[in-house]
Amino acid sequence: MKEFRGTSLTDLALSGGGVLVTSWAVKADYHWDAGAAMSRYLDGFRDGKIWGVRCPECRRTMVPPRGFCELCFRPIDQWVELQDTGRINTFSISYVNWDASRRRTPEIPAVIEIDGASPGMSILHKMGEAGDTLEEIQARLRLGTPVQAVWKPRESREGSITDIEYFRPIG
Amino acid sequence: MPYKNRVAVVGAGLTKFMRRALETSKELAFEGASAALEDAGLTIDDIDCVVSVTAPEAFDGVHMNGEYLADGAGAWGKPYMRTYVGGGSGVFGLVTGWYHIASGHFDTCLVVAEEKMSPALPHPQGCFNAIYDQFTERPLGVNLLWIFSLEMNRYMQTYGVPMETFARVAQKNKRNGLDHPSAQSGVAADLDIEDIMASEIMAWPVQRLMVSPVSDGGGAMVLVSERFARRLSKPPVWIEGVGWNLDTSYWTNRDLYYPRYVEKAARMAYEMAGISDPRRDIHIAEPYDPFAYKELHHLEGLMLADKGQAPKLLEQGFWDRDTETGIPASPSGGLLGVGNPIAAAGMMKCAEIYWQLQGEAGPRQVKREVRRGLAQAWGDLMQVGTVVVMGK
Repeated sequence: MKEFRGTSLTDLALSGGGVLVTSWAVKADYHWDAGAAMSRYLDGFRDGKIWGVRCPECRRTMVPPRGFCELCFRPIDQWVELQDTGRINTFSISYVNWDASRRRTPEIPAVIEIDGASPGMSILHKMGEAGDTLEEIQARLRLGTPVQAVWKPRESREGSITDIEYFRPIG
Repeated sequence: MPYKNRVAVVGAGLTKFMRRALETSKELAFEGASAALEDAGLTIDDIDCVVSVTAPEAFDGVHMNGEYLADGAGAWGKPYMRTYVGGGSGVFGLVTGWYHIASGHFDTCLVVAEEKMSPALPHPQGCFNAIYDQFTERPLGVNLLWIFSLEMNRYMQTYGVPMETFARVAQKNKRNGLDHPSAQSGVAADLDIEDIMASEIMAWPVQRLMVSPVSDGGGAMVLVSERFARRLSKPPVWIEGVGWNLDTSYWTNRDLYYPRYVEKAARMAYEMAGISDPRRDIHIAEPYDPFAYKELHHLEGLMLADKGQAPKLLEQGFWDRDTETGIPASPSGGLLGVGNPIAAAGMMKCAEIYWQLQGEAGPRQVKREVRRGLAQAWGDLMQVGTVVVMGK
């Protein structure tokens, strides 16, 4: 077998001070202007509404909204109020945080097909009221399970996707 | 052929893959590049131009990482570019090198891949949060594993694939990796299905032993024109087809059960290579396998199996390294069995096809005769497919 080069570091070498390490921390703050289509979508959350857009050419009703149709490559200005209900397209039961630390109670990210939009048009959100353990959640949720948005109280909404606290299974 | 030059591969080299390497990213690029030049029997003076590939700059914490790596990649004073399509970059590097030479502008191109994921704290996974949409997704508190677990569940439940099948992919690739000199410590292993099935649930249905690790590593390949290849003693391997394709970034509007962008990339490469029946004409495959389900998902996208049939073929041993009638898949050990320094892992897959076609894969050499094979990678927000078909 060929021999390749490379020096694998062990925890021992690192902790023993045999390897020199330099550190740097980056602080990066950004703000993004939401643009015309996204602004209207986010603003709708304040009123407890999910807005979509409709392309007059391919006739798809899309969510999240966009200012142009990426298929027909033309502008869109037709808005459609969607339901705050839908069905689970897919979901996960996640015990890992972004920094790889672990969670005792899992999060349930889900892709949710929104009623009133074209088939398969979904958004990313999280499920709630679906159990706290793997077994409970697996028993409660399926692909296709009907769900409904649970909104924050009106006074605490701020025009953000998090104005929907989570989706809950219904029926 | 509408291209000025037919393009040959004449050398490949890698570094070891490591959880944390002493070498800097420049040094990893240098070691990979030198190993490929040694394999080709060439020196940096023979190289007309250089292409480099490395994935998100946030890993290294170095802005314009391509420029930073240039010296280690042997690019000083030469036409040089970095090309980048996320996890698809390793294979796309070869595509980019191919069109440098196919254009007729250059006779030789060194394609160098490097990835050093270990510098990013607390965990390099955090670098990926910024791939999610900043208005509709990031405020939810995302992490990278979500997209894989969501896609795996969609694929798994669409076809009713049992978890044991995915464990079997991990078992196969981790065993294959035992014979790879680059394999990362602890990643290649001979495991029982039960051990894999019992591994920690990270984001159901994704389990720990069905995920590729965090890695540092480098690699490179040497591409030359036909006219240059004829001057070398070793017979070349030819790049017969290249393909790449990008799907919409509105990923929640797609059906994740099938990677249609991989199919489009494969069709492009097959058409260029004159392949009408990939299951007959492709003899060996290195599909991208950062997660166990991705290997099966990609084999279907590559049309080496009908939709939903890759798991059944797995059970029949069709993708095994010692198959005599099937198509060995990830005989290198893949990302699950060797490691996943992202761009360098894609390069490792291309290198495996090169060595297999040259009969130089040593203990990994497949049993069946191979005249044509492909390497494929995947990346960005689950949306890019990159494919290279090589033949002898």
